[in-house]
Amino acid sequence: MSTVIKGARILGGEATDLLIEDGVIMQIGADLTGDETVDATGLIALPGLVDLHTHLREPGREDAETVLTGTQAAARGGFTCVFAMANTEPVADTAGVVEQVWRLGREHGYADVQPIGAVTVGLAGERLAELGAMADSAAQVRVFSDDGKCVSDAVLMRRALEYVKAFDGVIAQHAQEPRLTEGAQMNEGPLSGELGLTGWPAVAEEAIIARDVLLAEHVGSRLHVCHLSTRGSVEIVRWAKSRGIDVTAEVTPHHLLLDDELVRSYDPIYKVNPPLRSKDDVLAVREGLADGTIDIVATDHAPHPMEDKECEWQAAAFGMIGLETALSIVQQTMVDTGALTWERVAEVMSANPARIGRATTHGRPLAVGEPAHVVLYDPTAKRTIEPADTASLSRNTPYAGRELPGRVVATFLAGKPTVLEGKLQ
Amino acid sequence: MKHLLSAGDLSRDEAVLILDTAEQLLSVAQRPIKKLPTLRGRTIVNLFFEDSTRTRISFEAAAKRLSADVINFSAKGSSVSKGESLKDTALTLQAMGADAVVIRHHASGAPHRLATSEWTKGAVVNAGDGTHEHPTQALLDAFTMRSRLGDLAGKNVTIVGDVLHSRVARSNALLLDTLGANVTLVAPPTLLPVGVETWPVETSYDLDASLEKADAVMMLRVQRERMNASFFPSAREYSRRYGLDVARMNRLPDHAIVLHPGPMNRGMEINADVADSDRSVIVEQVTNGVAVRMAVLYLLLGGATEGETA
Repeated sequence: MSTVIKGARILGGEATDLLIEDGVIMQIGADLTGDETVDATGLIALPGLVDLHTHLREPGREDAETVLTGTQAAARGGFTCVFAMANTEPVADTAGVVEQVWRLGREHGYADVQPIGAVTVGLAGERLAELGAMADSAAQVRVFSDDGKCVSDAVLMRRALEYVKAFDGVIAQHAQEPRLTEGAQMNEGPLSGELGLTGWPAVAEEAIIARDVLLAEHVGSRLHVCHLSTRGSVEIVRWAKSRGIDVTAEVTPHHLLLDDELVRSYDPIYKVNPPLRSKDDVLAVREGLADGTIDIVATDHAPHPMEDKECEWQAAAFGMIGLETALSIVQQTMVDTGALTWERVAEVMSANPARIGRATTHGRPLAVGEPAHVVLYDPTAKRTIEPADTASLSRNTPYAGRELPGRVVATFLAGKPTVLEGKLQ
Repeated sequence: MKHLLSAGDLSRDEAVLILDTAEQLLSVAQRPIKKLPTLRGRTIVNLFFEDSTRTRISFEAAAKRLSADVINFSAKGSSVSKGESLKDTALTLQAMGADAVVIRHHASGAPHRLATSEWTKGAVVNAGDGTHEHPTQALLDAFTMRSRLGDLAGKNVTIVGDVLHSRVARSNALLLDTLGANVTLVAPPTLLPVGVETWPVETSYDLDASLEKADAVMMLRVQRERMNASFFPSAREYSRRYGLDVARMNRLPDHAIVLHPGPMNRGMEINADVADSDRSVIVEQVTNGVAVRMAVLYLLLGGATEGETA
């Protein structure tokens, strides 16, 4: 069976048709025909998005999210591949757990799930998990992270960076110096002092990034910096890249849009780690993404049940969901402001994360012979975010009531529609 | 004024109204029958998630002198210790018909959360939240200073100690600025919050330098556990550099007064002779606390009928 996508603007270019068959893009051109037709008049076609930083919560917290619901949310957001973070219960620190998560993703078929392995056993930061076994498993893990916790021990970090070279792995570091952030609740600055909330200073992120880029240089390894959030972090990564250090960096949609003034409400819907930063930091991460210092946008989609947010700030969980709003926020903050073209959006949300994570069949260009991972997006649409309108099991979106531009109309995973006319298939 | 969450929310007129009202209500305490019928039939809940006998009984006395029904809800030995959330506790109290909730909580912003949620419809009074604010303490401090020093406009108030963790310091800095006083915060650099330069105050690391012009000195409680977190090397060193002893007290102008929100660490931030001296208004602060809290409850609830707490 073949499908023709009619009149799509590939990367925002001229309208054309795409013929998809057997999961592959067979033809691109005018007046193509097939068994099924999808009208894409006025829509932009992008390669299926790849999220290098998703929390699917399964196994362990199936009340917050499952592989099924998380990948459904991913599909609705235009993603065809998500990297599932290791901080599940049990932790994804063995071949058994990563294979289970990988297999669940394949069975459900809404997005390819590429598990991330823990760097240390139980995320305890004491000894290396069996990284090689995870790499050799059916899941073929290439990204390792203790995300949620920092690999703060310098020797352990050095060894991890060195060890994963044997199988082309990368360490994705959650940069947070633990002693400087004990009990931390929000960005440290004038507002934390005023609100009486314990500060999470920028230096706690920047000091770890500075150490890690130097370690990566010293041992000749590949480093990925998760959810970078401060101006200083951008400057350190820029410096490291100028020295030829093999480092990549990510920013979340929420750090591109929101700033710490929102904490004034004491509403924990805005509680996230790393915390929302100052307006100046927001400008700095946008600049970093625009000039290539920051390689990718990753959601850090972090589902939490309502009771973990409907409470006092200090008692609330860190994190916000973001798969279904990511592309809209990138449009609002980067495309509509002229900082990124759609071509560059395809790089930072598809090609680059796929390359960093070695997801070889994803992040490919929309060209004949390539896998048919496609998202059709209407940049002229407007929508007001309604928390209940999500495929995720959780509702902790910080964008409730906000009007965001753009809407994912269709997503194709290897030629099979996971979303059509905005609805899950 | 629907709630009292932050001293910074009060305009100068509102603050002065509370202080003037408290002055009238203070006379009630001198009567043989210390009771007014103003809040008869109204229910006030003291919701205390943190131990504070002094503040709780002060609010309780204030409410009872206005003839309100008082329910004391302490987190210890209650359903809260079994894991009930702030939301469910608030919903329960709402179902019981609380007209006002006086909340003390270890988490900064908990009163704000209560006031802005749909969990409770009554007035919310912040009786101290985490390291954020304690507005009625600032009001009773201002009341005490005003009764001793007159109008606070242009007066110099020095607040000394653990500003970083002090809700008393935050509320006082905001309210005293509103009332026109000049505030100087004195602390070791480790105990001043990041961004204090944006506050409407002056700061100093040197207690001795700020004594001679002070009209009032407020000593903040320093918790001994701060010592283990390297905020300062030892209690002795802290006391030498930032404690108020007799020699320092004698360098104050003759009219200057000494305040402390209590409970005091005698021998740490304040010397026993200073605490018991004529300059000390620490006991007066307690008496005034009841009058100020009466004024706050009266102004939040007084006159309004059920369901429309103005």
